[in-house]
Amino acid sequence: MKASNSLSAEKLTGLIPEVIGREIDIFETELVLRKQGKIDERVFAETRLRRGAYGQRYDNGQRSDGAKVQEMRYPSGDLTKGPMTIWDAPGMQRIKVPGGGLNADQLETMADLAEEYSDGIAHVTTRQDFQLHYVHIENTPALMRRLAAVGITTREACGNSVRNITACPYAGVCRDETFDVTPYADAMFRFLLGHPDVQNFGRKFKPAFSGCVQHACGLTNLHDMGFIAATRTENGEVKRGFTTVVGGGLGAVPYNAKLLDSFVPVEEILPVTQAVARVFARLGEKRNRSRARIKFLVQDLGIEKFKELVAEERKTLPYDPRWTAFIKDAEAFHEEPLRPAGEIPAVQSEGFARWSKTNLRPQKTDGYVTITVALPLGDITANQLRSLADIVRRYTRETVRTTVEQNFVIRWVSLKDLPELYRALEAVGLGDPGAGAIVDIVSCPGTDTCKLGISSSRGLAAELHKRLAEKRFQFDQPVENLHIKISGCFNSCGQHHVADLGFYGVSRKMGGFAVPHFQVVLGGEWEHNGGSYGTTIVAIPSKRIPEVVSRLTEKYVQMRTPGETFKDFTKRVGKVQLKAMLEDLTKPSTDPNDRSLFSDWSDPREYTLGDMGTGECAGEVVAPVEFELTAAEREVFEAQVALDSGKVNEAGQTAYRSMLHGAKALVKLINPNISDDADQIVSEFKARYFDTQKFWDPFAGGKFANYLFDAHQKAGQTYTADSSRYLIDEAQLFIDAAHSCYNQLGKTVAV
Amino acid sequence: MDFEHVNIKLSVEGPKDAEGALEPLIPIFHRWIQQKVFDELLLDIADYRHVYAGPGVVLIGHQADYAVDNTDNKLGLLYNRKTVFEGSNQDRFKQATRSALNAIHRLEAEPTFAGKIHFDGKSIELFINDRFLAPNKPETRTAFEPELKQFAETLFGGKEYSAEYESDPRRRFGVTLKPAHPVSAQELLANLS
Repeated sequence: MKASNSLSAEKLTGLIPEVIGREIDIFETELVLRKQGKIDERVFAETRLRRGAYGQRYDNGQRSDGAKVQEMRYPSGDLTKGPMTIWDAPGMQRIKVPGGGLNADQLETMADLAEEYSDGIAHVTTRQDFQLHYVHIENTPALMRRLAAVGITTREACGNSVRNITACPYAGVCRDETFDVTPYADAMFRFLLGHPDVQNFGRKFKPAFSGCVQHACGLTNLHDMGFIAATRTENGEVKRGFTTVVGGGLGAVPYNAKLLDSFVPVEEILPVTQAVARVFARLGEKRNRSRARIKFLVQDLGIEKFKELVAEERKTLPYDPRWTAFIKDAEAFHEEPLRPAGEIPAVQSEGFARWSKTNLRPQKTDGYVTITVALPLGDITANQLRSLADIVRRYTRETVRTTVEQNFVIRWVSLKDLPELYRALEAVGLGDPGAGAIVDIVSCPGTDTCKLGISSSRGLAAELHKRLAEKRFQFDQPVENLHIKISGCFNSCGQHHVADLGFYGVSRKMGGFAVPHFQVVLGGEWEHNGGSYGTTIVAIPSKRIPEVVSRLTEKYVQMRTPGETFKDFTKRVGKVQLKAMLEDLTKPSTDPNDRSLFSDWSDPREYTLGDMGTGECAGEVVAPVEFELTAAEREVFEAQVALDSGKVNEAGQTAYRSMLHGAKALVKLINPNISDDADQIVSEFKARYFDTQKFWDPFAGGKFANYLFDAHQKAGQTYTADSSRYLIDEAQLFIDAAHSCYNQLGKTVAV
Repeated sequence: MDFEHVNIKLSVEGPKDAEGALEPLIPIFHRWIQQKVFDELLLDIADYRHVYAGPGVVLIGHQADYAVDNTDNKLGLLYNRKTVFEGSNQDRFKQATRSALNAIHRLEAEPTFAGKIHFDGKSIELFINDRFLAPNKPETRTAFEPELKQFAETLFGGKEYSAEYESDPRRRFGVTLKPAHPVSAQELLANLS
C-alpha cells in the first residue's frame, strides 16, 4: 500500500534490535506467502494477531449503508487475512505500552505513524495501550519497524498470549504506595515476552501491578493475575514482595480475583507467574473459547487446588537466572525531576483554578505533582502528541504514562512550573479540566470500529461528555466524582462493571424494529483495585441514556445519606426501586413519527445488527415471543432481587428457570406444542437452534447457549452466593442473545 | 523522486464553531457512501469532532480519505491519497487536486451546507504523507521545486501565486500555495482539465 514500505528496513538499519528486526522480517515474509496462498488463513490470522494486527468492523467486505448491505469490492478480491476477513479491509494496530510508560521520542513516532498509516489520531485504550485504526495489513511491517526503532513492540499485543502488562500510572510517585512497582512490571514484561510457556494458552492473559490496596491503582481484582505491593519484616529487615491474586476478569460475566498467595517475595514473582502460565497452558480450556480464560479454570478447580498445582509446578521449573537478574536493580530504580521543586505562583486564571482542582495529584516528594492530561474519548492528534513531547522534555525527564482511563499523566512537575505548563497544554487543546470526574467518560471503540460492537459506545460517550461538560460547574460534589464507563457490547472493554454508572450495548425490538439499547449497570467499585462489580438493572434505548444519567444523579443527590457513596446508595435503594425509576424509558415513543430511537448516536443509518455479521436466525416475527422473552427477563431481575435478599438458592433456581423460559420462547416459534418439561425444552433448543447454528453469535459462537446447557446439567444442585451470581449474569446474557436471535428473524420458520 | 501519497487541503470558509460546521457532514458522508459518489471505494466515517484541531469528520476510503479537517484550527477540505497512483508526479498532483476540488464542489452543493461552507480560494496545501519517501529536508525540496513550478503553472493558469514551505522538520514535507487573488474551484478545475 505505502510506496515506502520496502524502504523501512534500510532506513532503520542499526536502530532496531536484531532479534526484533528478524521477527518483523519473518512476519513480512509471511505476508508475502499469505498473498501467494501458501499460508492457511487461520494460521496467518493468529500470526498477525500475535503482532497486534487486528481486524476491524466491516472487514468481511459488507456494510449496511442505511438502505441495504453494500458489498465492498476491494482490489484484493477474495484474498483474506483470516476467516471472513478481506485482505485489503482496514484493520487496527494495537501497540503495547508496558505500564503505560513512554518517552518523548516514542510520542513523536506515534504522531508520525498516526498521520502516515492511520486517520491522524492515536487512541489510548483501557489497558494503557495505543491503537491506530484504518491501517492496511501491508503497511504493518514498516509500522512495526518504526516502533521497534524507538523501543516499542507490538508483539503479543493481541492473540492467545500475555497481553500488555498494566501498572498503576502513579507508581513511584504515589504517597500511599507500599513501593514503586514499575521495575517489577517491566521485569515481568521482559521475562514473559515471547516466553515458550506463554505460547500455548487457549485465550489471552492479562497481568496487572498495584502499589496499594485501597485505591483503584492497578485494578488487580479484575485481572487474570494481579500483583499488589506488600512488605514484611524478616530478621529485622523489610522485605519486598507481592500479594498475588489470580482468576479475575471482566468479559461477559465478571469474576473477582482470588488470593493465590498473601506474600510472594520479589525474587519469586517471575517463577510463580511462569508456574501459573504452565498450569493454565496445560489445564485451561482450549476448544470452547467462551470458557478458556483462566478465571474459569480457577473456578472449576477451586482456588485451593489451583494453588497446589502452581506450587507443584514451581518445584519442577528449571532454574532461570532471569528470575533474579531482571529484578536485581529494582530497589535502586527511581525517576528524578528535571526542574527544582517550588510553590505555585500566586495569581492564576479561572481556567487554571478549575484545572488544578481536578487534574493535579500531589506526589510523595514535596513540591511536585503529577498532572493528568484528559483526552476526549482517549483520542489525541499527531500535533498534540508532538506538543506533549515538547512539554515533557521541557518540564520533566520525559516521565509520561498512559492510564486505563484513556488519559496521560505527566509526573514530576514542579509546582512552580504549573501555570506555564498549563498554558502550554491549553494552547494545544490538552488543558481540559475534569480528569477522573464524571465528564471524563471511558468508552471502548464500540460500533465505530469494533466487529463485536452492538451499540455506539463512543457516540453515547461523546454526547454525555458534551451535556455533562455544559453542566459541570453546577454539579454537587458527590456527583462530580462519579465514574461513567461504556462498553459497546457485553465484553466489557470499556470496564463498565467497575463504574458507578456503567453501560453495555445490547439490542432490543420496539414496534418490530431493532433498536440500539444499553444495559444499565450500577454501583460498581473503582476503588480497592476494582473492588466489586455493578448490578444490571434494565435495558434502555441508547438515545435515552442521557436521561438515565440525569435522573439517577438527581436521585442520588436527593436521596443519599451523608457521606454515602453511589455504590452504597444503589445497594440501599435496591434494584427494584432503581428499575422503577427508569421503567418509563423502556417504552416506545408515543409519537408514531418519532424515529429517533431507531438509529444510534452519530450514525443516521437505521440500526442493524447486520454489520456484526450475517444473520443466523431465521423465523417469522411473532409478537407473543416478545412477551415471553420479557417474562424471562423479569425472572432474571427477580433472581437478582432474591440474591440481594440473601435467598441464595432461590436466586440460582430462578435464574436457571429464566433461561428455560427464554429458550422455550424461541422453541415455540418452531414447535408451538413444546411442553414445560426442562429436558424437552433444552433438547429441542439444542436441536433446533444450537445444532443448526441459528442461536449463534458471529464472534462468541455458542457461548450463550452453553450457559443454558451448563445450568441445566447442574440443575438441582445447591447454589452458593458466587454460583448464583454468575448464573444470574449468564442468564441475562442468554436472554440478551435470545433477543438478538429473535431480532434477526426474517422469514417464516418451517415447522 | 516519486511523490506518492499526495495530500491536498483546500482552505474553507465556514461557521466559526468548527464542531457545528461538521455535524451535517455525518449524514452527508453516509449518503455519499450509499451513492458511491467518487471513484474511490468509500468505506466508513470516522467522527473526530470532539478532538481539538483534529481531523474533523473523515470519509474513509480504500484508495483515499476525504475529510473536512480542522488541523491547526484551519478548516479545510482534505484529500489524503493512500494507495499508489500510477503515473508521473504531475499526474499525482493533478489527480489529488481534482479530487479535492470535486469534493468541495459537491459539498457546497449539498442543501444542508448551502451558503455555510465553501472553498475560499485563498490557499491550497500540498504535502506528501510519507516521511521515508519525502523527508522534510532540503534535498526533498530541491527535487520537488521543479515539479511544483510546473504544476502550479497549470493549476493557476499562469497567474501569480506564492509558495510557503513547511519549515518544521517534524512535520511532513509540503507547501502552501496562495494565489495572488482568490480563485474558484471551477476555475482551478478548468485549468486542470
